[in-house]
Parts: sequence; C-alpha cells; structure tokens
Amino acid sequence: MEPMAILSIFVLSVFVGFEVVSKVSSTLHTPLMSGANAIHGVILVGAIIVADHSKTNLELGLSVAAIILATINMVGGFVVTDRMLEMFKGNKK
Amino acid sequence: MSRTVYDLIGLAAGIAFILALKGLSHPKTARRGNLIGAFGAGLATLVVFFYSNENSSLPLNNLGWILGAIAIGLVIGVPAARKVQMTQMPQLVALFNGVGGGAAALVAIVEYLNLGDEATTAEVVFTVFTVIVGCVSFSGSIITFMKLQELMTTRPVIFPAGRFIIAATLISVLGVGGWVVSALGTTPLLILAGLSLLFGILFVLPVGGADVPIVISLLNAFTGLTVAASGYVLDSTLLIIAGTLVGASGTILTRLMAEAMGRSLFGTLFGAFTAKPQDVAAAGEERPVRSGSPDDVAILLNYARRVVIVPGFGLAVAQAQHTVRELADLMISKGIDVAYGIHPVAGRMPGHMNVLLAEANVPYDQLQEMDEVNPTFGQTDVAIVIGANDVVNPAAQTTPGCPIYGMPILEVNHAANIIFLKRSMRPGFAGIENELLYDPKTMLLFGDAKASLTKVVSALKAL
Repeated sequence: MEPMAILSIFVLSVFVGFEVVSKVSSTLHTPLMSGANAIHGVILVGAIIVADHSKTNLELGLSVAAIILATINMVGGFVVTDRMLEMFKGNKK
Repeated sequence: MSRTVYDLIGLAAGIAFILALKGLSHPKTARRGNLIGAFGAGLATLVVFFYSNENSSLPLNNLGWILGAIAIGLVIGVPAARKVQMTQMPQLVALFNGVGGGAAALVAIVEYLNLGDEATTAEVVFTVFTVIVGCVSFSGSIITFMKLQELMTTRPVIFPAGRFIIAATLISVLGVGGWVVSALGTTPLLILAGLSLLFGILFVLPVGGADVPIVISLLNAFTGLTVAASGYVLDSTLLIIAGTLVGASGTILTRLMAEAMGRSLFGTLFGAFTAKPQDVAAAGEERPVRSGSPDDVAILLNYARRVVIVPGFGLAVAQAQHTVRELADLMISKGIDVAYGIHPVAGRMPGHMNVLLAEANVPYDQLQEMDEVNPTFGQTDVAIVIGANDVVNPAAQTTPGCPIYGMPILEVNHAANIIFLKRSMRPGFAGIENELLYDPKTMLLFGDAKASLTKVVSALKAL
C-alpha cells in the first residue's frame, strides 16, 4: 500500500479514537477499556494470515500459539465486557 | 473473493469498531456498542477464510491447525470470561490484554521469519516495534495480573539502583532493535523479544497498587499500536484502523483515569525511572483504636437520621453486596435516609462498585457519586465504610508527599460518626496508614464484611 495512504489512515484513525471517547463518565471506564481490549483481539486476523503463510514447523507452531492467544483476547474480551454491562442494565429502571 | 470485496468488508468491520467505542462511552448504548464490536471482529475473522490472492490460495494452508487453535482459544477464553468472579474481573482484563500483546509479537516474529531477506527496511522497523511493545505489554500485564490477584505484593517493588537497571534494559532493547534492523537475523530478534519481556516486568514492578488500573489501560493502548504496526507488515487496512483506534482511545482513557484518581500520568509512566524508596512512616508504636460490637453499630444506626454507606474492595472480596442491600432496606423501612457514596475508583477499577451493587439490584437513585455525596457528610449521622480505605483517607488532602496526595476522596471525616468494617488493621491497597482509624468518632468492627453485616442486620432487627 502507498505510504501516504497508510499515513492518512493512521492519522485519521488517531483523531477518531480521540474523539469518540473524549467525554465518558468514570463509571464506564472499566467496560470501555475492556471493550477496546477485545477490539485489539482482531490481531486474530493477522495470526490466521501468518499461519497460512507458514512454511516451517517453527513458524506454524508460533502462529498456532498466536491464534490461541488472540482468540482468548478477542472472544474472552467481548464476553467479559458484556457481563459487566449486563449488570449495569439491571438497575437502569 | 476479490480484493475489493475483502477490503469493503474490512472497512465495514472498521466502522463497527468506531461505533462500538462510541456506544461504549454512554451508559444507555454501552451494551449494544460491545455487541457491534463483537460483530465487527467476528465478521473480520470469518472473511479471512474466503479471501485468496497471489500469496495464498483457498482453502487456507494449515486450515486444520488454524481451526483447532481457534477452538482451543474458545475453550480457554469463554469459560474464563463467564465464570470469573466480579472481584477478579480487573485482572482478567489485564490478562486478556497481555495475551493480545503476546499474539501481536508472535505474529510479527512469524512474518519476519517468513519474509527472511525479502523484508524491506520499513517492514523490519515495524516488526521490531511490534516485538518490543507486544512483549512489554505481555510481561507487564502478567505482573499487573499478579499484583491484582495478590500473588505478589501490591506495593511498589523498588530495588537498589532500580532506575539504572531499568534504563540500562531500555537502552539494550533499543540497541538490539537497531541491530535487528541493520543486521537482520533470527537470533537478534529472539534476544530482542527476551529483553523486551524483561523490560515489561521491570517497568511495572515499581508501580504501586493504586496506579495499577492506569497501567493496564496504558498497556491496552500499547497493544493497540502493535496491532496497527502488524497491519502495516501484513498489508491489512483493517488491522491498522482497529489497532490505531484502540491505541488512541486507550491513551485518552488512560489520561481520563489518571485524572479521576488525581494522579499525574507522567508520574505514573515514568515512576519507574524516578521512584525512590518511600519514607514509610514508622508505624512502630501501637496506637489505641475504638472497636465495637455489631450491637453497638446497630444502636448507632437505629437512632441515625441519615446514613451513608461507602463500599470498597473489602465489600467485593466478601461478596457482601446482597447483605449490604438487606441492611440498607432495613434502615429505610425504619425511616432512615440511606445513600451509597461511590468513589469513582473504589475497588480495583473505576466503576467497580457500581457493577457490584447493580448485581445486588441496589436502586440506582441510592448511588451517589463523589461530588454529589461529599457536601452531605456534614449532615450525615453515620458513615459506614465497608472495606474501603484509601478512598476515604484524609491524608490525600492533608499530607503533601504521601503517595495518594491530591486524589479526591469521600470526606467521611465530616460525618458525626464513622464505622469502619475491616478485616484487620492492615493498610489499604496503596499501603498508607489511615489517621481516620484513630479518630475518636470512629468505631471499628473487625471481621469479614459479610459476616459482620449479617450480625448487624440481625441486631438491628432485634431493636
């Protein structure tokens, strides 16, 4: 990809990231962190790509480990965030 | 599937992540936001299995291994997330963040091995960045996990010449990173990974208990950036967008958390370099405290007009949220005005207490935030502090130089009577002595919070 295109995507994403969470009550800090944590679990996509590229046993072994860790990060992250938020819902009568 | 369709779906996933973060910032939309994020992540993962280009054909190589590894990840991750106790949620988040960082570092290492001599300098630079930051995030998160799980001391760990060792490690990490870029080769990269893991440990060890959540948030932002860097190496726009979003929002969130705690972000981050062994006040002599029985507490409560309950980590540990609600309901039935004073960082994480009390169905209007409840302590007859310590410690306002100085506190010292439910005289998570415990208007009730509260409830019923 073009370096300038990548730089543009990066800079714009930084600004969007700053904007979306600039005002958030402290009550939501933990779930928000947990949700953002789950989002970076998409490294799973990268782990699958490198597993596909793997030519040696070493590469395959490391990428299998990466897939396991990334899946734990992504799926566990979303599930635990949902559990936190489920409890918030209960008292918002 | 063509590259265009693949990229369009990636773009959709990126938008889903933006909407997810946006939703998570507001109480009403938070849960939906999380589900949108999960949808985006699921979509992005699924689509990889159907995309082929000149480098890879369908079905993917090693498909069995890939699916098997995902299955193992599910079997470990889902039950861990479902069964975790409310008290242990913060450390689970730390652990999930750490494995994400570890995954990013592994992905970078594999791609580096795979590219070999074909790697461009830019790719190697990003690989080096991912390996360093991913490893720091991994080992640093493991240390925060151990601190929160109390597998090790929660106090800052500071060793002689610590800052020189840390600085030397950092310089070696950067030096070896430069070596990898200039010389290429597997061995330097593995040395780099090892040194980065060591640096992560050294970086987090000097962080004191109260600052741990801030560090988790920071490491979370770090992991985001590693994902973005992997996106560059793997030519994946989605990873760049998702990783950068998390890195940027994580940085802001870290700052917001530090502000809520009255901490300087700089001080927290570079505490590792500036930390000196603390002048812990010599608590040599035994000072008298006033301890009471559950009956004494019940009598005090029975004749109060306004009672404020201040919950802390001890409540979470004892799982006493249902019992405390029972006590509150009993007092309300006796015509006593009851409120919960919620410190934004009571417990081990911002919002910890709200989640815990919500589990016991405590009505939302009884929960009062710090700014709301503080002016009312002057008219409060009894403040019941249940397993909280640092968040009510007046030293934060009166003792410049103490580690929590400047942190906003719940001013229970203005209440007419203060009851502390404590397990022991051990100081709080930040490891600071609390003068309030020796105040003449303070009564201490020792024991497990749940057992003590149960006794108070039955004593109050009998009156």
